[in-house]
Amino acid sequence: MTSSQHHLRRDGVTPAAAAVMGAELPGVGVPAAPPRPRGAKRYESLYFALRNGKLLGGATIVLVLLGVGVVGPFFVGGDPNAYVGPSSQAPSSDYWFGTTTFGQDVFAQFVHGLRSTFVVGALGGGLAAAIGMVIGFTAGYRGGLVDEVLNMLTNIVLVIPTLAVLLVIAAYLSARGLVVEAIFIGCTSWPWAARAIRAQTFSLVSRDFVDLARLSGASSPKIIFREIAPNMSSYLFMAFILLFGGAVLIAATLDFIGLGPTKGTSLGLMMNNAVLWSALQLGMWWWFVPPGLGITAIVGALYVMNVGLDEVFNPKLREM
Amino acid sequence: MSLRVENLKVYYRTLRGDAKALDGATFALADGEIMGLAGESGCGKSTLGKSLILLDGRMRYIEGRVELDGKELPIWDSAAMNAYRFKEVSIVPQYAMSAMNPTRRVGKMTRELLGSRHVHFKTVAPELERRLELVGLSREVLSRYPMELSGGMKQRMVMVLSTLLNPSLLVADEITSALDVSTQKAVVRALKGFRDRGFVKSMIVITHDLSILYQIADSILVMYAGKLAEKAPAETIIRAPRHPYTQLLIASLPEVGVRYSEKRLAGIAGRPPSLLDPPTGCRFRDRCPLAFAKCAEEPPFVEVDSGHFAACWKAA
Amino acid sequence: MLTLHRCCKTFKVGAFGGTDLPAVRDVSFDVHTGEVVSLIGESGSGKTTIGKMILRLSPITSGTITFDGLDIATVRKRHQLKAYYRNVQGVFQDPFSSYNPIFKADRVFTTIKDEYFPGLSRSEWAGKVEASLDDVALNPSHVLHKYPHQLSGGQLQRLLIARALLLDIKFLVADEIISMLDASTRIDVLNLLGELKARGLGILFITHDLSLANYISERAVILYRGRVVERGATEKVFGNPVHPYTRMLLASVPQLQRRWEEVEQELEAPDPEEFEGRVSENGEGAPLVEVEDDHFVAVPSVDELVRTGQAVAAPDGRAPAPPRP
Repeated sequence: MTSSQHHLRRDGVTPAAAAVMGAELPGVGVPAAPPRPRGAKRYESLYFALRNGKLLGGATIVLVLLGVGVVGPFFVGGDPNAYVGPSSQAPSSDYWFGTTTFGQDVFAQFVHGLRSTFVVGALGGGLAAAIGMVIGFTAGYRGGLVDEVLNMLTNIVLVIPTLAVLLVIAAYLSARGLVVEAIFIGCTSWPWAARAIRAQTFSLVSRDFVDLARLSGASSPKIIFREIAPNMSSYLFMAFILLFGGAVLIAATLDFIGLGPTKGTSLGLMMNNAVLWSALQLGMWWWFVPPGLGITAIVGALYVMNVGLDEVFNPKLREM
Repeated sequence: MSLRVENLKVYYRTLRGDAKALDGATFALADGEIMGLAGESGCGKSTLGKSLILLDGRMRYIEGRVELDGKELPIWDSAAMNAYRFKEVSIVPQYAMSAMNPTRRVGKMTRELLGSRHVHFKTVAPELERRLELVGLSREVLSRYPMELSGGMKQRMVMVLSTLLNPSLLVADEITSALDVSTQKAVVRALKGFRDRGFVKSMIVITHDLSILYQIADSILVMYAGKLAEKAPAETIIRAPRHPYTQLLIASLPEVGVRYSEKRLAGIAGRPPSLLDPPTGCRFRDRCPLAFAKCAEEPPFVEVDSGHFAACWKAA
Repeated sequence: MLTLHRCCKTFKVGAFGGTDLPAVRDVSFDVHTGEVVSLIGESGSGKTTIGKMILRLSPITSGTITFDGLDIATVRKRHQLKAYYRNVQGVFQDPFSSYNPIFKADRVFTTIKDEYFPGLSRSEWAGKVEASLDDVALNPSHVLHKYPHQLSGGQLQRLLIARALLLDIKFLVADEIISMLDASTRIDVLNLLGELKARGLGILFITHDLSLANYISERAVILYRGRVVERGATEKVFGNPVHPYTRMLLASVPQLQRRWEEVEQELEAPDPEEFEGRVSENGEGAPLVEVEDDHFVAVPSVDELVRTGQAVAAPDGRAPAPPRP
């Protein structure tokens, strides 16, 4: 991650290095070539992005799985939990992933499960990112008492045993849906993002261009969103990716222990059922291996994408 | 002759080709001489200073010869230069005082530094203390962390460290730029003291501040856009410069005593040329009020007077 | 136009903000229309803090700053703030840090337009921008639509001044705007300040460089550790420095025509070490005494006088001898 020690320029060069480079190489900065097009920096990032193996590989896996999750359900029919065939069948040409002990199509479950996993990831991760950004930016920009209060709030949420809270909630809500689960995940996994964003904001707020924006009469929210956030765009993007991956994992865990949605299916729920019905002992590997691999693939691919993105945005890490 | 440099060329690798940061430097430094290396940003002075001791990752040695005390320095070979660094040639790099590891006490850092040069701390400890005292620092500086010291103290500490093994040549790169004016005086005087006491034989002091050089340098070398412009004894450069760039530069410096209402000073219009694709001929041509047809041909750096060199057709 | 009266600024540092760090103590001075006042001090003197207080980027702990009769502490609401910034603007030290690196340099103009001239048509705005650029001697085709790293430090500083001029300001705070520029461009920006003052602008020129201050300013204020030690007309402060700190500063400035030794002898200045590392005594500023017309000096404390050799403690314990004139 980019250091917040000295104010880091967009291209990852510290002011000292820039002064040395700039001091010795004005020729590089002065355009002898025709002026670069608007957003040339973004094109440069895109250039490197398209050539980064980790980023491309990770993105491909995620997109493929996403595609399966989005269009798959239209092909396999409506209800994944319907009893459609003979029970405990190994994978065959009729049932690509075999069937469960109840005769449910594992592939149909898998496809529907993918969709709900992505929904939870996007909703939960997105909500966590939004909360983290609001709190992180406000605390970093305002400082002082506001910062102290928000810090306390962050620490409290960080320390709360989410599982215990969820158990209590589960006791009161007889029916839980996907959205409720996503909201719960979103509301409990934002603290680290808030902390990280606050730290970055601190380092940017002391820069002169923020003072200049104040002197131009801009309001605080405007300054945060128009001056500070764009400087951290790569950081924010990566935080979202990590939150997404985290939400998928948490959802899988919750489903596995039975605290997930009461209806529908998800990858974690599949694994839960598989263990519940002794799939391992009965040798029904087709019941738990696909969902396990699915979760691993999504989260793993996301993390690899994150590493790739770090290389794209931080020139020092590029293997030149 | 203590130091002799012949046609030194060092370029910087960039994404858009080579930036010709130092394009042919030839000069000599006598024993015990303090030479000031002046110029504005981008002129190549830091490149020259650094190339005498350590070429960093982006620098590329092209050609040229450096001779110190009669021995040729293999500056293109970093491993071979290791034998000379710190012992024969030493440097106080730019931003050195901010580059000290904040989690190490100064004494520990010194020990490690000396250890890397295969010098036992104990053997130099008494000398180290003596020198610290000379520059006005007490022994207990060694047991402090860098952030507990002021800018001037850190700078003096780094200077003592760099000269501990009595190198023949010391390169001091912008050692005063981040300091207050009163600390500057103390630091610069300490530097001169090193030469006077024989800790260092000769020095190259790199700075953009000509007035500091007037205080301590014996001779001054002015650079522009990678080339040498003028070299002469300090008094001559300030009072009677021959190269138009030096003349304009000195004329643009406000002195205590000159006032806007009385005398309007003027800067030099324009900007230095791009180092990626420098123009042929004299590089100062576009901004020079004395430019004429012959300037399309690059003027050589020749001796126009005793000990006075300039690269200008009009100066000869 | 701008008056500071007994301004103080104390920072709270340390764990839980327990310790007080006085950055500015009891500072008073004023700036009139059409004049440049230099605020001179080394690091830790509080000069940048004063600049920030005037620009309302930092709250004042005590004391008042009045601009054209208005106490700026009363400027709180957004529309009041915007009206204040229409008259008072600032330019900072590092030209590259003052621009958001991911946007083009002329975006600083666009922010002004969005806040202050939303209704203006494109061509009218372009005309205004060109007029401003003309005032600072910049060629529009050279500087518009470029990124900050494509321009030089001098151009960037001038762009910032042009931005301030777009608002028709009356007062400019120039905080060390020259120090990061090359020698040959410094004087051009300084001359620009001279032209602006001729147009009636009041300028507070914050600097550590005495030669620049001497060149451009009518009056000078010397700060030491947050307190004013000497102030008055520039030629009087520089020509006849009275306070030991001022003398020490002048003696430390490297000059192109004279060696340090000469200057030291002439000024009988104390050593810089006398001022290094001393913890300042109390929180209050010393009273200023008028030594000649428009030349005020803080009364050095007895301690300071003895230490810098300007007075000698009388052997029989009576009050020390007065300072030499």
